[in-house]
This record gives sequence, C-alpha cells and structure tokens, in this order.
Amino acid sequence: MTDASQNAGPMLAADGTPLKQSLARSLRRQKLRALLLIAPLLLFVLFSFIIPIASMLFRSVENGIVEKTLPLTVVALETWDEKSGELPDEAVYDAFVRDMIVAVSEKKHTRLGSRLNYEEPGISSLFRKTGRKIRKWDPEADAPFKEKLIDAEKGWGDVENWRVIKTHSRNVTPGYFLAAVDLRLTPDGVAAQPEEKQILVKLFGRTLFMSLIITGSCILLAYPVSYLLATLPMRVSNLLMILVLLPFWTSLLVRTSAWKVMLQQQGVINETLVWLGLVADDARLVIINNQIGTIVAMTHILLPFMILPMYSVMQTIPQSYTRAAKSMGATNWTTFWRIYFPQSIPGIGAGSILVFILAIGYYITPEIVGGTKGVFISNRIAYHISSSLNWGLAAALGTILLAVVMLLYWCYDKIVGIDNVKLG
Amino acid sequence: MSNDAAFVEFQRVQKSYDGEVLVVKDLNLSLPKGEFLTMLGPSGSGKTTCLMMLAGFETATHGEIMLDGRPINNIPPHKRGIGMVFQNYALFPHMTVAENLSFPLEVRKMGKDQREEKVKRALDMVQMGAFGSRRPAQLSGGQQQRIALARALVFEPELVLMDEPLGALDKQLREHMQFEITRLAHELGITTVYVTHDQTEALTMSDRVAVFDDGRIQQLAPPDLLYEEPENSFVAQFIGENNTLEGVVKSIDGDSCVVTLDDGSEIDAKPVNVHNAGERTKVSIRPERVEFNKDRLHADAHTLKATVKEFIYMGDVFRFRLSVAGNDDFIIKTRNAPDAVKLHPGQEVEIGWLAQDCRALDA
Ligand SMILES: Nc1ncnc2c1ncn2[C@@H]1O[C@H](COP(=O)(O)OP(=O)(O)OP(=O)(O)O)[C@@H](O)[C@H]1O
Ligand SMILES: [Mg+2]
Repeated sequence: MTDASQNAGPMLAADGTPLKQSLARSLRRQKLRALLLIAPLLLFVLFSFIIPIASMLFRSVENGIVEKTLPLTVVALETWDEKSGELPDEAVYDAFVRDMIVAVSEKKHTRLGSRLNYEEPGISSLFRKTGRKIRKWDPEADAPFKEKLIDAEKGWGDVENWRVIKTHSRNVTPGYFLAAVDLRLTPDGVAAQPEEKQILVKLFGRTLFMSLIITGSCILLAYPVSYLLATLPMRVSNLLMILVLLPFWTSLLVRTSAWKVMLQQQGVINETLVWLGLVADDARLVIINNQIGTIVAMTHILLPFMILPMYSVMQTIPQSYTRAAKSMGATNWTTFWRIYFPQSIPGIGAGSILVFILAIGYYITPEIVGGTKGVFISNRIAYHISSSLNWGLAAALGTILLAVVMLLYWCYDKIVGIDNVKLG
Repeated sequence: MSNDAAFVEFQRVQKSYDGEVLVVKDLNLSLPKGEFLTMLGPSGSGKTTCLMMLAGFETATHGEIMLDGRPINNIPPHKRGIGMVFQNYALFPHMTVAENLSFPLEVRKMGKDQREEKVKRALDMVQMGAFGSRRPAQLSGGQQQRIALARALVFEPELVLMDEPLGALDKQLREHMQFEITRLAHELGITTVYVTHDQTEALTMSDRVAVFDDGRIQQLAPPDLLYEEPENSFVAQFIGENNTLEGVVKSIDGDSCVVTLDDGSEIDAKPVNVHNAGERTKVSIRPERVEFNKDRLHADAHTLKATVKEFIYMGDVFRFRLSVAGNDDFIIKTRNAPDAVKLHPGQEVEIGWLAQDCRALDA
C-alpha cells in the first residue's frame, strides 16, 4: 500500500526528468520531420482550399456594403424610430445625399442597389435613378434635401424603403441564411418569402430525397456485383473489375451526354420500346430532363464509388465463415442473411456515405439531364454565383449544404459508428 | 458397400481443381464409427481438399464418398450434419459466444429453452461457461479455439472434421487442447477426422493416422506401427527422427537381409519393401535403436565404424551426430541415465543394431 502511494507521482526517466517530458522531447524531432514532409501539401491546401472556402463561408453573413456605401446615413438612422411610421428627419436626408454623391462618383450606388434589391424588389432601380438625378447636387448649397429628394424620387417619401435600409445596415446579417430557407428579414422581423419565391427549401428537400434514391439504387445494383467481384476466381474478377472501373476512364461529360442519347424521346431506349411495340409512338416515355433522368444518370456515374468500398470489405470476409455456417446446417439464404450480410454492412455504410455526399453536391449531371425538375441545390448555387451574382446567398446555401452533410455524418457515426466503415 | 462397419468411406476418389493436375489421386479410406483418424502430411499434399470433399464444399472429380452407407456426392453441405472446426476458428465476429453456439440450433428450429440449455452444456463442456456474453474478439486464441470446438459439437453431429485447429496456439496450450479434444471425442463417441502437419499431434491423439503425400495415402496405421514399422521411406522420414543409408541388397534370408552400403560396408536389416537380392534400397533406422555397446548386439552382427562429429545435450537425452558410411548426419540418441556413455567429438566408435530395427525400404 505504502509503495503504491509513493509511486503515485509522475514517472521519472533515468536522468530524473519526468518521463512524459523526455518522451515528448524525443518525439519532437520525429514530428518536425513529418511536418516538413507534409508542409508543401499543407500550404497548397491552405491557400487554394481552406482560405477560399473560409472567405466564401464568411460571405454568407457579411454585409458591410450598406455601412461602407452610406456611412453617414447609417449613423443618422440610428436615432430614427422605424416603428413610428413617420419619415426620418432632415438630418437623415442630408446624410443620405452626401453619401450618395460620394457613392455615385465612385459608382458604388448600383451595387448597393442590387444588394438591397434581394430584400426589397424594386429598390435597385430607385438607387439607379436617384444616382442619375443627384449627381450634380451640391451638399452645402442645395440643402435642405427632404422635400427635394422626395420630389426627385417618390420612393424616398416611402417609409418602407428607409426601414429596409435601416434593417440591413448592420455589418453581419442573417439575411442570406434566411433567404436560403425561403425566409426573409423584414423591418417587422422574420417573415416567409412570397409564395412564388419559395423554391429553395423544396430544392433542398428534393436534393436530399433524390440523393437518397440514388444511394439506394446504387446499393441494390452494387451489392451483387461486389459480391461477385469478391468471390469469383482472380482471373474473372480482374476482368469484371476493369469493367467496373472503365467509366472512370471516360470523361464525366461524355458519360452524361451518352445518357442524353439513351434517354431522350428519340433516343435509343424509346426507339427500342416503340419498335418492340411496348410503347405507342405518340406516348414515348419522358425519361430525361426530369427527375428520372437525373436518377438514372447519377446512379450510373456514382456506382463505382459504391462498388469499391463494398468490394474491399467483402474481400476480407473469409470463406470459412460461410462454410462454417453451412456445416452447421444453415441454408444458403440463412448463411447469407445471418452471416455474410451483417459482415458486409460496413462496406454498404462506407459506400452509402461516399455516394450520398457526392450526390448531394453534384452539379454537372443534373445540369445536363435534369431539366428544371431534376436539378439539385448545387445548380442553384452555381446560378447565384455565375448568373445572379448573389454570392452571399450562394455562400449561405453552400454552408447549409456543408452543415447537412456534417450532420448526417454525425448521425451516421452515432448509429453505425465510423470505425465500422472501411474504405479498403 | 465394401465394409459394413464403415461410417465414412472414400472409394477411389480423385480430385482436380484445374483439369490438369490431380490433387488427390485414388484415395481409398474407410473409418468405423467412433474412430479418431488424423490426416498427416506435408503442405499441399491434399489434406484440406479431402476434408472439404467430405464436408461438401468441393466435389470429387471421380469416385464416391459414403457417409453411413449412403453416397453423399449429391447432398448439399448443410444437410450433411457434419461439425467442422476451422484453422482460424471462423467464429462469427458479429455474434456473441452464446449466439455463435446457438446458431446451429436455431437453424434446426429448436425452441429457445432447449437452445439455451444446450448452449450452456456445451460451454461448460469446454470450461467456458462464464464467457457466453463475450464477443469472439474479446477472447484469447485458446478460448476461441474452445468455443469453435463447442460450436462444432453443440448440435451433436456424429462426424466432426477439424482442419489444423491448433495451428495458431503456443506449445503448452496446444498440448492441453490436444488432450481436451481427444477426451471429448472419446467421451461423446464422435467420429473425428483431424488434419494436421504436426506429427507429435498426430501420434498422440489418433486411433489411426493416414500419412498423405502427393495426393495419396502413403500409410494408414495406428501411431505405434507408423513409427516403428514405416512401410516406405517417405513415411520413415516424415514421422519422427530417422537415419537413412543407401545401398544394394546382397542377400535375403527370410526375416533378415544383408545390405551392402555404397561405401562397401555391410549391415543387417529387415526386408520390408525389397524382395530380391540386387535391388537398391534405403535402409531406415531410428536414432534410439542404434547401439554402440557391443555387448548388447548379436555376436555375428555387422557393425559400422563411425566418427563422432558433435555432441548435443538435450536434458533428458544425449544426441550425437556421427559420420557413418559417408553420411555425416547420422544421429544417435541415448537416455541421460546414470550409466550413460558420453562420447566426445573426434572419438571413433563401432555401431550396430538389431536386424529387426533396421528396415530396408524402397529406394
Ligand atoms: N481452390 C483451389 N483451386 C486450385 N487449386 C487448389 C485449391 N485449393 C487447393 N489447391 C491446390 O491443391 C493442392 C492441395 O491443397 P490442400 O489445401 O488440400 O493441401 P493441404 O494438404 O491442406 O496443405 P496444408 O497443409 O498447407 O494446408 C495444393 O497444391 C493447392 O495448391
Ligand atoms: Mg490445409
């Protein structure tokens, strides 16, 4: 007993320093070497991936534009009670005109206009027109401005527009995230988007739902193939493996376009069905430019990502398990269901995660074969990045997508356990 | 049926995997109920293949396998009712020990109470009663081995096949398990076919041993006969330690013969596989049957001159390496008894043996 209590202190190395410390010292060199080896990749990833992504994510809440373009106005508006229903006083108009004159000379007022237009449709033209009219005004000589500005543009006599500016004058905004889930920040608080603009939640739902279907069909198609791959003699399975990997050597675009050829109304499948008389000529199947098209093409494209993890797990299931089960009297089916299948679940899990995560963010294939009904949330993100230039919304959508993936990953870890997932 | 008592019978069985090479060539074997038979042989000699044909996982290319008088070539494995123990134990990793044991009973649609009762009895039988709720991965190698054994026995098969079940265990545990397995097999009256390439295991456990080589049974005999009366030079060399000298038969006289070795010296031997003078032969003699005390030999026995090359102390026995008739690896052993003679390297001795201990086999 006394011995044990004496030993309770930290273990000492031969020279009297604590063992932990001297171990850490001896490991430090090794760690440094390892760090040096990965340094190039680390830097590359940092500059080309992590920083851009971080800045992208930052954009989803960043809203400095109002304060930067209208600094005086924002300060002046602070004392205005937007709930009073009255127009702001002369000080606000004065500040606004001064800000606008600067903004117009720097050509920044249209950008602000389009930013606020996301929140209040129509406000962008108000800014554009105002800009044209007050370009020549003199901030000292032409005061006071309240009447004058309202005369020039009726919009500035509308309390609503001022409330929009005040609501969105803060540097950090939840506005993009709200927009991403079909809500918006109005001066009266959070409200639903107008009916006709509510598409994003539906799109998220569709993306998740279709990704699930794609993952499911990948499981169904990949399981027997992987089983064959893992059990056939080496020579045959190598050949089969090449067939599985063949699509990887073809461009994604080519493969997707090939599906267009297959699936269109004048395409191979329809022609064959009509020729066989299974489908009437005037009732050709619509299997492209809709959800079916996306599901078919993406299942095909993502199939190898399901087969490979499944195969590598199944390959490690020794034949002796199934043989043992049969020797104990289990039929082929019982052996499969009770012995083989449970052990292949880690492969299904790994493949499903991989396919689902790839599917949920897929862009090219839905774009080409999805029409309007079969597109994913990523197509919307691409639209906001390259066409509508609403990067904030695109960033918010991207962030939500990332969060959903992480959440699913976390759930999966809780339910199946990520340790059970084997990729090879 | 050739033999009414046979429980398992291989009749002229051949097996080829690729259509080019016969892995099993003309196998004939029959074992009665309750026998413990071991298949012993070097790697690749076809032991596992035979076992798999019996279990139904490989089909015989030619010939008939009978179980209890019925041909089983067309019975699927799960209807053969044969218990198996695999080299890697093949315990299902996703089931607990108790679930593993209960699996064969479940597929037989046995009721829950009866299952639990049998599982408990089987676990107690291998002294693993307290481990039912563990996973196989939480057991040591020896414990897993016992569970595998219990699982093969729990559904009370009449025939149990074991393919090198002790291969992965250390020596002490092996010896203990050898004892356990034979005890259980005899207590339960099970017919056992056991595969190993460890000859000690084969000799200590079996009723009979079938020595395999090159897809054939070289000899099928009880352990003592196998050791003392090998029928050919492969068996003589494969089982136990053995000295071989090569020569030509000079004369045969009933139960003994004289062999002229390649260096011209002559020795006494017992003709086993030789029938005529002038045949080439390999004579085989066990190290412990070599005598260098002339008083213990017949007066007219032939002796050979030998030079001691090396002395190896092994505790219970002394082992000497000698140079005899051109063979530098001639081993003799003596017991470490109070009157034991110690030879020293470089010493010249005369050695001899009783004619019946030296077997003239095929060349
Ligand atoms: N599935 C198979 N396909 C082709 N050849 C095989 C197959 N299984 C075994 N063989 C060949 O058959 C021969 C006998 O194999 P087997 O496994 O029966 O030997 P063994 O006596 O059990 O050897 P070991 O002691 O190493 O287990 C070997 O040459 C082996 O290469
Ligand atoms: Mg084997």
